[in-house]
Amino acid sequence: MDGSAQTSTAKLDAQREAVIRVRNLRNQFGPQVVHDDLNLDVWRGEVLGIVGGSGTGKSVLLRTIVGLNKPAAGSIEVLGVDVLNGPEADRRRIEKRWGVAFQDGALFSSLTVLQNVMAPLREHTGLSESLMRALGSLKISLVGLPQLSCGKFPSELSGGMRKRAALARALALDPEIVFLDEPTAGLDPIGAAAYDELIGELQQALGLTVFMVTHDLDSLYAICDRVAVLAEKRVLVEGPIEDMTKVDHPWVQEYFTGPRARAAQQKGQDR
Amino acid sequence: MQTGNPRTQIAARLNKAIAARNGFPSDTGMTKPSIAVEQEGSTARVIVSGEMLTQSLSAVEDAFRATRPDAAHVTVDMSEIDALDTGGAWLIADLKNRCAAMGATVAFDGLKPAHSALLETVSENIPKDIPAEAPPKGFMPWLESLGQSTVGAGRDTVSILGFLGLTLHRLGRTMIMPWRLRRAAVVSQMEETGFKALPIVALMGFLIGVVLAFQGATQLKQFGAEIFVVELISISVLRELGILLTAIIVAGRSGSAFTASIGSMKVQEEIDAMRTLGLDPIEVLVIPRVLALLIMLPILGFVADIAGLFGGALMSWIDLGVSPGMFITRLKENTSVWHLAVGLIKAPFFAMVIGVIACWQAMQVKGSAQSVGQRTTASVVQSIFMVIAIDALFSIFFSEIGV
Repeated sequence: MDGSAQTSTAKLDAQREAVIRVRNLRNQFGPQVVHDDLNLDVWRGEVLGIVGGSGTGKSVLLRTIVGLNKPAAGSIEVLGVDVLNGPEADRRRIEKRWGVAFQDGALFSSLTVLQNVMAPLREHTGLSESLMRALGSLKISLVGLPQLSCGKFPSELSGGMRKRAALARALALDPEIVFLDEPTAGLDPIGAAAYDELIGELQQALGLTVFMVTHDLDSLYAICDRVAVLAEKRVLVEGPIEDMTKVDHPWVQEYFTGPRARAAQQKGQDR
Repeated sequence: MQTGNPRTQIAARLNKAIAARNGFPSDTGMTKPSIAVEQEGSTARVIVSGEMLTQSLSAVEDAFRATRPDAAHVTVDMSEIDALDTGGAWLIADLKNRCAAMGATVAFDGLKPAHSALLETVSENIPKDIPAEAPPKGFMPWLESLGQSTVGAGRDTVSILGFLGLTLHRLGRTMIMPWRLRRAAVVSQMEETGFKALPIVALMGFLIGVVLAFQGATQLKQFGAEIFVVELISISVLRELGILLTAIIVAGRSGSAFTASIGSMKVQEEIDAMRTLGLDPIEVLVIPRVLALLIMLPILGFVADIAGLFGGALMSWIDLGVSPGMFITRLKENTSVWHLAVGLIKAPFFAMVIGVIACWQAMQVKGSAQSVGQRTTASVVQSIFMVIAIDALFSIFFSEIGV
């Protein structure tokens, strides 16, 4: 990054609140270094798309931020709390303020969909059973699942429905930040578009900050405010998707100016 | 219940201080949510205030449900709400619906634009009929489930016999066409189920010998027949205990491993993938495991026998003064080799039972991780039970034919 870019970021820093602040992150598995000196800010209320080739550590970054993976070095602040070294009590409180939807849903297989969505409510609020059921089924309805699926077990759902149920569970506590790992992977184009729209709507209505790992160019053009490209073990570039085509890097060029990207861009403009 | 009261204000300030200390943004303030009703004739004013967030709603949930203003016009004053999420919005929407159901007109006052959008989204999405809890269990459902499990048990028996036949057929085919055998898999299963089980099986055999000698000695001493401890140990260990307990250990150790590993593959659709690639799951997964057990269980049983005799001899020496030389001489003279044979003949049958039950249970796994756990438990319980039942049959058989 050159000097002028740094000053402009500094200006923006003052205006916007960073809900996630990653500094000098280093992740390493044995001799293999995944991230080295990675810096990233996520602003309140934005939808940030994380892209990168296979094996560039997109999911590792997500897992590191939510505390599932201990980095070799660096610092991570979420909502002002140091999630790596902060006091245990603070970290526990932070966990209630984010929701994570894993790639394959990671729903609890022994619970029904409604029980899955109610699980965080049961754990973290003192609400009555009937209100929890009501809020649980409201979330299920919000993510566009039929009420019929409340009593079903995850193994009885299709892949797309599992993803929606996972989103409903991630939204159960009305978190400020939602982490989505490849939310549209494996969905049909109509289902993926509907899911994009859903995330966009929920983001608007609930004022969410969305951190989304994705490969889906349509999603990037449709709902992402900003895109961060992971390459060369760090965030190579970040910014609005329109700026990505101007970046002089072979992978970024190929990714954002390829035939699929052009089609997605066209579609994004049509909306 | 009013925000103006000094205690609430102190609490709010305290919460703010805590929030500030914890580094949370406290721009909205951290007042507890509350609800109050002011009624004047036919109009009622419901004042909702504070932080209407899911995590702090438990304080006002009951108050909300109890609020049923008996008025023709209800105004919900939302100007004092600091923060609103879907949980809070649900309570307000629910209140509105209840008032409307009682025939009142409902209006909102002081609604912030952001809250308005959220309230609208939530109102639109409140499901009409929340699914009811599962019906309570009574006698008839119990009877039904009893019937179902009886029929299920019958079906399972047929299915498991079918699976046994299938496995035997594939085993036979492998004998005729030995090049189809997956030797690497067989050897690795032999290591896993046999070689790695050696220490525990040997230790178990040794301890059985020690216990038998110790318990036998106290009884035999009473009528001066100490020397018969040799027959006691050799016959009981060689004929029954060595192989039976080995089979039970292997059922717990390897049977559960078979069910869990093949069952997890079933969950991950690996078995289906094999079928589409033209690979026979029985040949690829079941045959190597069953064959490894068929080879290794007799060896493990033999090791358990030897360890049992060793433990018995050691204890007889220490406790009864029967020297190892005397023990071996008496063993040679009075214990027919048939006792060893009777024990080891049973080993392949046990191996077949353990392998087939474990693999069959694995193939019954459906969908979830929970199912893998249930099937693994069932696999161990069934195979141990079947091993003991078959052992009893053999015992009758051998005593009838007189060996």
